[in-house]
Amino acid sequence: MEHEAATAAHSSLLWLIPAFPFLGMLINGLMRRRMPEKAAGILASAAMLGAFLVSLLVFLDLRALPHHGRALTQTIYTWFAVGDFHVDVSFLADPLSAVMILVVSGVGFLIHVYSIGYMKGDPGAVRYFTYLNLFAFFMLTLVLADNYLLMFVGWEGVGLCSYLLIGFWYTDYEKALAGNKAFIVNRIGDFGFILGILLMFATFGSVEYGTVFDRAAGFPYGSAVITAITLLLFLGATGKSAQLPLYVWLPDAMAGPTPVSALIHAATMVTAGVYMVARSNLLYSLAPVSLTVVAAVGAFTALFAATIGLTQFDIKKVLAYSTVSQLGYMFLGCGVAAFGAGIFHLMTHAFFKALLFLGSGSVIHAMDHYFHHAGIKSNAQDMRYMGGLRKHLPSTYWTMLVGCLAIAGIPGLSGFFSKDEILWKTFASGNYGLWIIAVITSGLTAFYMFRLLYMTFHGDFRSAKGHDHPHESPRVMTVPLMILAGLSVVGGWVGIPHVLGGGNQFEMWLEPVFERGQEIAALAHAGEHGGATELLTMLFVTLVGLSGIGLAYLFYLRQPKLPEKVAAGAGPLYGLVYNKYYVDEIYDAGVVQPLKATSNHFLWRFFDVKIVDGLVNGTARVMTEFGTGVRKIQTGQVQNYALAFAVGVVVIILAFVL
Amino acid sequence: MLSWIIFLPLIGAGIILLLPKDNPRLIRTVALAAALADFLLCLPLYAGFDATTAAPQFEQRFAWIASLGASYHVGIDGISFWLVLLTTFLGPLCLLGSWGIQKRVKEYHFSFLFLQTGMLGVFCSLDLVLFYVFWEVMLVPMYLLIGVWGGSNRIYAAVKFFLYTMVGSLLMLVAIIWIYLHSADPATGLRTFDLLAIYQSAKPAFQAQMWLFAAFALAFAIKVPMFPFHTWLPDAHVEAPTAGSVILAGVLLKMGTYGFLRFAMPLFPDAAQAFVPVISVLAIIGIIYGALVSMVQPDMKKLVAYSSVSHLGFVMLGLFALNAQGVSGGIYQMLNHGVSTGALFFLVGVIYDRRHTRRIADFGGLAKVMPIYTTVFLIVALSSLGLPGLNGFVGEFLILLGAWRANPVYAIFAATGVILAAVYLLWMISRVFYGKVDKEENEKLPDLTLREKLTLYPLVVMIFVMGIFPQFFLSKMETSVRVFLESMPR
Repeated sequence: MEHEAATAAHSSLLWLIPAFPFLGMLINGLMRRRMPEKAAGILASAAMLGAFLVSLLVFLDLRALPHHGRALTQTIYTWFAVGDFHVDVSFLADPLSAVMILVVSGVGFLIHVYSIGYMKGDPGAVRYFTYLNLFAFFMLTLVLADNYLLMFVGWEGVGLCSYLLIGFWYTDYEKALAGNKAFIVNRIGDFGFILGILLMFATFGSVEYGTVFDRAAGFPYGSAVITAITLLLFLGATGKSAQLPLYVWLPDAMAGPTPVSALIHAATMVTAGVYMVARSNLLYSLAPVSLTVVAAVGAFTALFAATIGLTQFDIKKVLAYSTVSQLGYMFLGCGVAAFGAGIFHLMTHAFFKALLFLGSGSVIHAMDHYFHHAGIKSNAQDMRYMGGLRKHLPSTYWTMLVGCLAIAGIPGLSGFFSKDEILWKTFASGNYGLWIIAVITSGLTAFYMFRLLYMTFHGDFRSAKGHDHPHESPRVMTVPLMILAGLSVVGGWVGIPHVLGGGNQFEMWLEPVFERGQEIAALAHAGEHGGATELLTMLFVTLVGLSGIGLAYLFYLRQPKLPEKVAAGAGPLYGLVYNKYYVDEIYDAGVVQPLKATSNHFLWRFFDVKIVDGLVNGTARVMTEFGTGVRKIQTGQVQNYALAFAVGVVVIILAFVL
Repeated sequence: MLSWIIFLPLIGAGIILLLPKDNPRLIRTVALAAALADFLLCLPLYAGFDATTAAPQFEQRFAWIASLGASYHVGIDGISFWLVLLTTFLGPLCLLGSWGIQKRVKEYHFSFLFLQTGMLGVFCSLDLVLFYVFWEVMLVPMYLLIGVWGGSNRIYAAVKFFLYTMVGSLLMLVAIIWIYLHSADPATGLRTFDLLAIYQSAKPAFQAQMWLFAAFALAFAIKVPMFPFHTWLPDAHVEAPTAGSVILAGVLLKMGTYGFLRFAMPLFPDAAQAFVPVISVLAIIGIIYGALVSMVQPDMKKLVAYSSVSHLGFVMLGLFALNAQGVSGGIYQMLNHGVSTGALFFLVGVIYDRRHTRRIADFGGLAKVMPIYTTVFLIVALSSLGLPGLNGFVGEFLILLGAWRANPVYAIFAATGVILAAVYLLWMISRVFYGKVDKEENEKLPDLTLREKLTLYPLVVMIFVMGIFPQFFLSKMETSVRVFLESMPR
């Protein structure tokens, strides 16, 4: 009894989590003109802190509940109900959404604080914080929703904020177009998502998680309709989480301010697809074909994006492709029914990738100011103009080093544990081909990350001019970096595998959410007793990572001429990769331009104007010729034609009816 | 009560006739007051409306042409109720939006109020003759609004509008006469034009239903407009003055969809059922075709006009899904379209008033110059492209759900319209608002004036309210929709 009362009391807090950033958005948005820049930043950050604290409370509440009873719900009102369709605005906090709200509000808070420094002096700062809070509102709604339709509200809402923030500096037309691209490509994915919801409702008679999963559990393994639903939903995920073939918007999304890239395009929004698949784990587990698709798309995307990452010179582009690649890992994890591993990597990635992006932001910030002061016209994001920044940006350097080590999978750091778990589960589930792809990707990842680190921080500063040099960012920016660096180290310790003597508490925590799905997928405990094999593969993967780092050291510090030689040696292959396999160009020439040309020249100027209108006006003309004398034909008076047209049509009709 | 609502604008129009020509301010004020009063009169309707019955409410009936069995019979149910409200809601906004009209102010306002009465009459009529009279009467002021206060090619557009609609109407008249000749009032046994009486009588034989449905359907399909009868619409919109476009898109087009719902479908249910595939396919073609053509328009107003073809395709698809979600979604989308597309036409009008051009290429970078205008434009566009949380999404989702249940293939094709809507709207927005201000004429454009804000903000509020609290609206139409569906063959 006491328990129930406690539950009821605390579940009523859930609405506050999205409400805080919503309020922040409202105040900053409505007082855009009068709000001082600094106050806007503090208000927005405070809103995030509020959301984080409530999330923490909710988390503690959940922990106090028995293992299998960890779910709090709160229904706000009926959004709409027509016939047998019914959908509520209703929130659910369970172990999975608890992880998500903590990551979103926690990392979100740090990035908000960092933004106060980063956006200082920008005339649009208040608008920036308005959008950022709006984003947090939608993102928290997405992960707290207790049904697919409300999730979709958050899903499209975060897409909107992404659009607004990518095109934040809209006077640069290219940036605005990058925003368009993000929205439209995401819409293509959402087309699948919405059809998935329709089929889901048609099949289960509900869009609410609990009901859908309960009813789906009665369906046979491999059911065609569930396969269709999950594949449609996954199309949505490939859009939002930038997977093949819809990943193309994410690299362009780097046009937005860098903290936005960290928050939206690395730590939170792009992981929504992973969250959605993990949330739907029961459905995916019932559809082995879909799981295979998810795993394969994830693995191939991971490799594909990593290869592009090897050749880019824009520091943010490297990180963007890296994000696409890491998201691929998460899907690989989900695809081999290791949903917990996917979410684990989602969390650690949020720490180290946010860190890396914010670090790159600190670099760009410093380079930009330096170029400005030294009167140099150059690209502040191009690593070819950097080098040797270690001396001038020590905090940024050390924290980014931690981030690079974490993503490269160096033992002890967060990325090691989460990536290892995905790799091991892939191996253990017998997907050796995908495992090899993932291991290769792991080596490439270590290589391009240390390439980035060496090109940026080591060697000589390649834009030196006089005695001036770039300066470290203010503490409001470096402190969040340090906190994230700390998290990038320890964040993985909650999931130390049994084979290394850990308890894998993270997986235990998520177990109630995933156990039904994993039981069906018959992989529930496959990874737990790997013993020697698990240790061996772990060692092997670590060595691959270290060689990647070693190779980068050789290429970019010891033998700086080597990259050019290799590039020249690879010939057209290098050009292909450097130009990102020409995917954008292919989409443009294959889809966008033909569609435009057809619509313009055929549908509009030919069909609409010539055929339909021509028929209407032509009928009138013919009638005129029949009805009146030759002299009147050429009057050029539309009324005459039209009148004749009317008469003619009436005659035809009468002929029909009588 | 209802009659007051219908005829109050006409009374206003009568007063305007008595006013001196040389005081445009007074004329405008009186017109606005009449329209506003009309809207306020509707509010008690909400309080008094009984959502548990589908029977006509606030009914009024008295003999009119007794020898013919025609009567003055008005009343509203959960469907027409919202359309009446939409009409009276948009009315004052339109008048506020046409404050800048200088030419023949008196005639303009007279025509406009006259039109209001015509439209309200159509939505409230429960007698075929009465309906037909309102339907035809409405054409005249609309013709004048386009033909007198329109753009350079207004005569062509006005005539095209008039004739297209006339052609449809004539067919419908023939069908109405046929119905009359075959009718028998259940109470008296005499011939009648009374809609409720005809509803209760036996339905015509299938073959006859097919012809009659076709006749009605053509009239309504032209009005909607459904592909391929849509070509009058872009011309009419481009030439019409702003308020004309708003009322044309916001209310007039709904006469077509409403006509299907009130007349063509329940009067000839078996034929309606048989026509489902034809109309659904035409609706889907309209959705995709309208969106694609919209995508390549160089003129903002034409772009919005073609987007209407696409949106109304959604409405038709929903209505002919013949299930609760589809029909409710269709009706909801009618209201959404009135609000969102109405607002879009206002917005295009705002910029046209300043620059006397609507070509997208003549703009660029306006976000810097007119930030409030940009924000409002963006919200309205997002509503139009169906962003969840705003009004358009609820309608589109219900329609897609209904369509899926009727035939999943319909829903799959229709849903591509959701992608395309984002394409044409965002492409336009980026070209108009983003980038640098590269034309000197655009550098000093003033942002929204108070009057423009008063016109637009109510619409923006509705966009949010209808998106966040759709149940407020849907619950009132539920019973009427259910009874409508019960009248359809299973």
